[in-house]
Amino acid sequence: MSKQTAAPPSAAQAEEQQSSTGVMDAPPDAIDRKQLKQERDEAKERQKDRLSALSRDELIELYRQMLLIRRFEEKSAEAYVAGKIGGFCHLYIGQEAVGVGAISAIRKDDYVLASYREHGHALAKGMTSRSIMAELFGKATGCSKGKGGSMHMFDKGLGFLGGHAIVGGQIPLATGTAFAAKYQGTDQVTLCFFGEAAVNQGAFHESLNMAQLWKLPCIYICENNQYGMGTSLARAMSLSDIAQKACAFDMAAEFVDGMDVLAVREATLRAVERARKDFLPTLLEIRTYRFMGHSMSDPGNYRTRAEIEKYQERDPIKLFSASLLEEKIVDQKTLDEIDKKVREEVEDALRFAEESPLPDPEELYTDVYANPIEPGRK
Amino acid sequence: MPKLSPTMEEGQISRWLKKEGDKVSMGEPLAEIDTDKATMEMQALANGVLRKILINEGQSAPLGQTIAVIGEPDEDIASLVSEAPAQPKVQEQKETDVPPPVPDLAPPQPQAKAAAAASSAPAPRPVDNGRAPQAAATSDSGRMIVSPLAARMAAEAGIDLRSLQGSGPGGRIIKRDIEAAISQPKAAPSYPRAVEPGQIPQIGASPYRDEPASQIRQTIAKRLVTSIGPVPHFFLTTEIEMDRAAEMRKGINALDPDLKISINDIIIKVVAAALIQHPEVNASFQEKFVRYYEHADIGVAVAIEDGLITPVVRAADQKSLSQIATEVRELAERARSKKLKPEEYTGATFSVSNLGMFGIDEFTAVINPPEGAILAVGAMSAKPVVRDNEIVIRQMMRVTMSCDHRVIDGATGAKFLQTFRKILENPLYLVV
Amino acid sequence: MATITIREALNQALREELARDEKVFLMGEEVAEYDGAYKVSKGLFQEFGGKRVIDTPITELGFAGLGVGAAMVGLRPVIEFMTFNFSILATDQIINSAAKMLYMSGGQFNIPIVFRGPGGSAFQVSSQHSQALESWYAYFPGLKVVMPSTPADAKGLLKSSIRDDDPVIFIEQERMYGNKGEVPDDPDFTIPLGVADVKREGKDVTIVARSLMVPIALKAAEQLAQQGVSCEVIDPRTIRPLDINTIIESVKKTNRVVVAEESHPICSVGSEIATQIMERAFDYLDAPVKRVSGADVPMPYAKNLEDLAIPDVNRIVAAVKEVAYID
Repeated sequence: MSKQTAAPPSAAQAEEQQSSTGVMDAPPDAIDRKQLKQERDEAKERQKDRLSALSRDELIELYRQMLLIRRFEEKSAEAYVAGKIGGFCHLYIGQEAVGVGAISAIRKDDYVLASYREHGHALAKGMTSRSIMAELFGKATGCSKGKGGSMHMFDKGLGFLGGHAIVGGQIPLATGTAFAAKYQGTDQVTLCFFGEAAVNQGAFHESLNMAQLWKLPCIYICENNQYGMGTSLARAMSLSDIAQKACAFDMAAEFVDGMDVLAVREATLRAVERARKDFLPTLLEIRTYRFMGHSMSDPGNYRTRAEIEKYQERDPIKLFSASLLEEKIVDQKTLDEIDKKVREEVEDALRFAEESPLPDPEELYTDVYANPIEPGRK
Repeated sequence: MPKLSPTMEEGQISRWLKKEGDKVSMGEPLAEIDTDKATMEMQALANGVLRKILINEGQSAPLGQTIAVIGEPDEDIASLVSEAPAQPKVQEQKETDVPPPVPDLAPPQPQAKAAAAASSAPAPRPVDNGRAPQAAATSDSGRMIVSPLAARMAAEAGIDLRSLQGSGPGGRIIKRDIEAAISQPKAAPSYPRAVEPGQIPQIGASPYRDEPASQIRQTIAKRLVTSIGPVPHFFLTTEIEMDRAAEMRKGINALDPDLKISINDIIIKVVAAALIQHPEVNASFQEKFVRYYEHADIGVAVAIEDGLITPVVRAADQKSLSQIATEVRELAERARSKKLKPEEYTGATFSVSNLGMFGIDEFTAVINPPEGAILAVGAMSAKPVVRDNEIVIRQMMRVTMSCDHRVIDGATGAKFLQTFRKILENPLYLVV
Repeated sequence: MATITIREALNQALREELARDEKVFLMGEEVAEYDGAYKVSKGLFQEFGGKRVIDTPITELGFAGLGVGAAMVGLRPVIEFMTFNFSILATDQIINSAAKMLYMSGGQFNIPIVFRGPGGSAFQVSSQHSQALESWYAYFPGLKVVMPSTPADAKGLLKSSIRDDDPVIFIEQERMYGNKGEVPDDPDFTIPLGVADVKREGKDVTIVARSLMVPIALKAAEQLAQQGVSCEVIDPRTIRPLDINTIIESVKKTNRVVVAEESHPICSVGSEIATQIMERAFDYLDAPVKRVSGADVPMPYAKNLEDLAIPDVNRIVAAVKEVAYID
């Protein structure tokens, strides 16, 4: 089987990549709305071509998951502003298609590791809104018993191996879970999500080298939202075509439109097949955009309104709903019902989190060791 | 407590010049304070009424401690008085308790001014908790240095750390010092001499009164110890004409063949008589106070097979010569057979050591702490002396008194010795 | 009981644990085909093959993190650092991942991993290759830190560390691999973590020593015994959790302590031991706790300077005399 190497970006994508670097200088009135619309329509047409691969229920489920993440994050933002969530809170709004599309391509027993912007991945992996919202509230009922918070969601039973808050820290870990799967002779694969800023960390390069060297079933998903906190990709990376970095490791790579949930899913499916059958890793560069600041405390004034608007035009949820409606796979009523249910779920999660108890003070000293040792015990 | 000398760390109220309730005005003398240097007058720093005296005469307080409160006549001083630190320990047994402050019912007035309490002065010392001894002077800084273990051991064994000299670096009292202090009476019961310098025997018979050692007395003590060791000895020698004493002895012994009074018995009796006349010599230095004994309990050094021991003739001042003679003989016999009980060889107020029987003319003896002095008695011998411009032969005897300079000064010792000599040369004084 | 070196004892422990549990694998630089830079893994690659004994690229952060990831999903990795000096590159994964995973996942992901390799002062390899890092690792809750000083301890403690369900930092002393001692033959011989060992009983002064300092402290104790000073030598063996009770009991008996350590004095394990003694046995101390530490300088290369930088018998003897108030 020939190695899938990085597919050259499409013309539209290439153009997008160029424009993204210059958009800061463009005044808001420079938005060419006509062109934006045209680009969106082209993306939509590409998406529509992919609809046939999935059943109606599967498509609706993808939509539901993306919308759930959107509503969940909106509610998180509200709760954060209301002072109910502490610490940092990094929202996934705008990037929903990446987590949902990629995770839809793996099995339940596959592993997912993500960065500190992981509420969406956790939901997509099947964790409940309640357990995540309660964790955000620092409650005993949270998925990490209130000890992890926004950046450290875990669910062992669901194969969600965490939110990791040192940039790039999860990349060697994911390489290790892939190593373990191969070692133990399972065909489990690992999805490892990280932002494009993590690519500059040594951990990224060290991990990809070992993964390709030892043929480990790990899929490295770079969610390129173009900003490492407030620093644009152009200001931080000498070669900003991240997919091309796979060449350094002789690794398969793809450049993916992260605003199209189906494109993400399809690219991931290809990577999963490589991983499961041949233990081969893949680097996916998935171009996306976060609509909010880096975190709740980031006003985001390093980006122009025009740039944000441009990407909002490509909102993955709007795009997907338009595709579904135009192809008459669903009607508006169905979508409205989904929205209603999702809102109810998020409201329920919020209530649950609010009403849940705080961790018992005794929890302070639990879970430090699996085998706590009382010194001197012989 | 105001700072009245550059090196002062605490002061002792020598005398209050105002009573509670007296009006005082700024600059008016308020009290006399004994510092380490001298007695100084303390002036009031505020106008008002001396509402409350917190440190009584004879008591000491560290710098900065509130010693009295001056305020308006009807001002509420309850908080000031209650904030004042616990009373410093006072050794006077008949200490009168300061009555608890009575809160004033009058409306609060402008803040009462604490007399002479400098705001920058050090915090009051912690109250003695039974472990860390307060302000004993064994190091250069005057702070007692003691290892935590030694402090605990001393507290448990009831040993006063102030009585010990540390053998660790900088005079730190360490485990072995406590062990030595604990083991000595037990390990060597026949060696009272082995008692560590300064250690206070637990048993003493004579009633006594303790008076606060004045600042000047404490400073003298500190200085002298630094100079020549824990018990700074000095020596006074005099020569005594013993003819009358010898005659008296002969006369008494002739009265009754059973009476076997020795010259030494007479010396003991005379020492006791002189001590009663000079209570300042019948005393013991106890760091923070000087202990004055009412009776003259005389230790008599007795040579025994493997050393010496000093059995005590209790209240020798109140005993007759024959009683003393009998007692000394009996004690000495039991000393030689090592049958003395501890209370029979500890707690003397003054000792006599006689080496005359060995033909020693003159010697100095080492004080047996915590006694204030010891008298070394030489041999009696016929010597030519000048009397009324004529050379005559007299029985002469030289005595040397070793004095603890911390408690006895030269003149004090000399006066005592003068009395001693006077009585011994004219034993009739004993019955006068 | 066979008399073997610490190197052989560690090799035995690895062999026995690799044979006992499929989940155990050994990974590190030169551990397989080269037989280990210090030959601790000698013959293991031959015996267990490349699946179980794995050579890595020089990529400490990477393979340390890989090990942690593998431990998250059921394996029991033994990660060898060629020397602990290189573990500095991997500290993000050791500290931020391994030590904290169980806690921040609310008890879901324990990390049964051993990070092992030589540490402490080596022979004339200068500043970057000769340093004691145990106090770094001992600082972090979630880690266990073990430092053996004899072949038997090395074997028994390494086996316990591999069987332990938490991340263990296992620091072998680079100068001590050739030290010999008796080791029980029983393949199930283990030594529990968190238990100090009294290497020599005594009554006058307690010397707390670990790793390289243990044989040196024992020599000092021997010398002092000839001078009438009886020293108790305690090897905590596990630095975290620290068996402070054994030390405290000894201090209550001897009232004097010297802590000997190779590491720099500031914020060292010795500082911690001294503090805990002060907190828990203050009233038993007859002298301040005395530390004999490595010089507070990067390790020099020149032999004479290197010797000066590492505590020796004379310095321990002098410290003991100081706390025992012997001139």
